[in-house]
Amino acid sequence: MEQKTPLYDAHLSLGAKMVPFAGYLMPIQYGTGVIQEHMAVRTSCGLFDVSHMGEVLLRGKDALNNVQTLVTNDCSSMVDGQIRYSPMCNESGGIVDDLIVYRQSADSYLLVINAANRHKDISWMKQHLFGDCKLEDISDETALIALQGPRAFEVFKRLSSADNVPERYYHFLSDVDVGGVNCTVSRTGYTGELGLEFFCRASEAPVLWDALLKEGAGEGIIPCGLGARDTLRLEAAMPLYGHELTDDITPLEAGLDAFVKLNKPDFIGKRAIHEKGAPQRRRIGLKITGRGIARENFRIFSGKEEIGYITSGTFCPCINYPAAMALVDINFITPGGTAEVDIRGKKVGAEIVALPFYKRA
Amino acid sequence: MNFPKELKYSRSHEWVRFSDDAAVTVGLTEYAQQELGELVFVNLPDVGAAVSVGECFSDVESVKAVSDVYSPVSGTVSEINETLLDSPESINKDPYGAWFIKVQGVYETEELMDAEEYRSFVEEEENR
Repeated sequence: MEQKTPLYDAHLSLGAKMVPFAGYLMPIQYGTGVIQEHMAVRTSCGLFDVSHMGEVLLRGKDALNNVQTLVTNDCSSMVDGQIRYSPMCNESGGIVDDLIVYRQSADSYLLVINAANRHKDISWMKQHLFGDCKLEDISDETALIALQGPRAFEVFKRLSSADNVPERYYHFLSDVDVGGVNCTVSRTGYTGELGLEFFCRASEAPVLWDALLKEGAGEGIIPCGLGARDTLRLEAAMPLYGHELTDDITPLEAGLDAFVKLNKPDFIGKRAIHEKGAPQRRRIGLKITGRGIARENFRIFSGKEEIGYITSGTFCPCINYPAAMALVDINFITPGGTAEVDIRGKKVGAEIVALPFYKRA
Repeated sequence: MNFPKELKYSRSHEWVRFSDDAAVTVGLTEYAQQELGELVFVNLPDVGAAVSVGECFSDVESVKAVSDVYSPVSGTVSEINETLLDSPESINKDPYGAWFIKVQGVYETEELMDAEEYRSFVEEEENR
């Protein structure tokens, strides 16, 4: 039986189509459909319920040491109110999950993890905890709402004050009053647009959600489901766990080099990543030039040789062509090069293009 | 939902128009397009291709997924609606105007429903 987020009733009354996802009943789309939701985020703004995401607190004198051991990025230089993205690896260098680290204070870190990996991650972290560091899973009592798009800050200012917009990307402010609800306001997102994410108590989420929709109406806000979340992140070339990232894919293969600090004293997976050296396959972007849409797991060829597979693919509404991300043998990766995707038995042409497909102006 | 009386309907949600000129026209119903969501891609067979009852002759893709379109009749494709290739969204906007193929030499037809039967069939599907 799937869990419901605190906004379940709100979704039903907005006419959402609900589907099971990662153990939750989530809105895949609302009445207007995926394409309009996608374009609203690109041109004005959209509101997402992402309360299914997991939230874990690591607290204690050794919290930082634990974070440093668990994740591949270097969190030692973070200051209070700063956020950092990082893969978390297993001993073989594969990815357990990708997560976001919030430094609340020197001895308190909030980790936001994928819903589908919540139990796996928590048991993995618990297995590796050491010293003075306590783990607390606050996922169930925490709601997360994402306000994304070029008009997001305008909507936010109607419910709070301009001073409460974190000054820079990947920074956050705690204890902010947003329409009467106490929130952590985070300047982050999964759409490639300007935007904010709000953490609040689960019980207060419906009040915040309704207030954002009401105040956003003048800016063209619409509620957006997981369908648009997926097309938006794909267009922005953001990896999704279970697709571009898995237990068997290393962060270097996934193109996350910037988030792997091999000069850090130690982290789980460091030795394996170091020993593997330069990756033999890499994540790339494909623009489908023939007729068809390349979907996950479709095979990719260069002539007769199979060179890789699609990790995610769809029709991207804003760039207006079918695009895909793929893991491909590095010997066949040349920017502007071509390949063929086996789309249900037909070889369809594709062009290797630089990521992201879409970049905010 | 609109299910025109002059059309017949299949259990896999295609509509069929039998007319005097010996060609049978096939498309997707309003219910089908609503369930599929916004269509962004359509594949059609070539003129002259053989189609048979219950076999896939086309596929349509939404942002989310690909779905097959099945032929309610057996015969030969005499015409395809090429405008769909460039504007798959017309299937969503006007499902009964956006025909897929015309079939000639029809020698077999699956058991089809009339509009009222199809309406009850759709209601059952929705309540499942």
